Amino acid sequence: MQRMTRSPRTDRKDPAPIRPATAADVAGVIALDHEVTGLAKPAYWQDLFERYGGTAPGDTRVFLVAETAGRIDGFIVGEVRAWEFGSPPSGWIFAVQVRSRLRVQGLGSRLFGAVCDSFRAAGVDRVRTMVAPDNTEIHSFFRSQGMMAGPFIELEMRLD
Amino acid sequence: MRLQKATEIALYAVLELAIDPERQLTAVEIAEKYGISTHHLAKVLRDLGRGGLVDSVRGVGGGYRFAGDARRLTLMDVISRFEDVSADTDELPPQEAGQEIARALRFVLTELDMQTVATLRSISLSTMLKLIARRPWAVAEVKPGRRTG
Repeated sequence: MQRMTRSPRTDRKDPAPIRPATAADVAGVIALDHEVTGLAKPAYWQDLFERYGGTAPGDTRVFLVAETAGRIDGFIVGEVRAWEFGSPPSGWIFAVQVRSRLRVQGLGSRLFGAVCDSFRAAGVDRVRTMVAPDNTEIHSFFRSQGMMAGPFIELEMRLD
Repeated sequence: MRLQKATEIALYAVLELAIDPERQLTAVEIAEKYGISTHHLAKVLRDLGRGGLVDSVRGVGGGYRFAGDARRLTLMDVISRFEDVSADTDELPPQEAGQEIARALRFVLTELDMQTVATLRSISLSTMLKLIARRPWAVAEVKPGRRTG
């Protein structure tokens, strides 16, 4: 089965602070995503930042980054959505990324905790996400945070 | 889905031992706690020992200890030692007329298999131990499911 390779622990004394993304972070987010996924998506991240970046605590849109000495080591993006498919307002996480060599050291958990805090501040009491069934690494991450199957089933069909 | 008895016993044993990797338990102690056959459990523990998931300590005061990495080992890693829960790959019916219905049924059932496999692969023993400590079913028992849509 697919397994993650344990990364060597770094000697960092202080964990990377987590804060709302700024325009200056977009290049770092694009670079980190490219490094991890192998796909460069600059227009996507720029658009996402314009819609989700620069928000304050309590806002319904959240784009957070973990930055160390000017380098983006992780980020998480989500928003509060309401009444889609009859669902009361809930937080949705639709992007999370942590630099490969820093995984399984708590940064992803801190990003997850921070976005959950933002959702709580926005007044919601649950958080959701969606994962590809073959992406065991990210699926395991969300499970390790306590996430379980939600009340909806995703469906799709081809239109060709 | 229903797991085979040996698989269920293996999960009980591995999770019980993983709660405290330093703790040593005998087969009798585990069997009594879960109301299962000591004989059956001993056989399962031997399989788990061969797989490196538990260590056996012989002699007086002996027993079993968890030997794996609870953050890396998944439910699927344990289950797949005892049974195959992957997608069904049996031969389709030989009659051409029956093939399309058989294919359609397999298409639907494969959806379920994929969900099962993805779920079992995504849950580590460590995540299971956190789930046990959190007891979300206690909340679900109090609050009936909310209807949406």
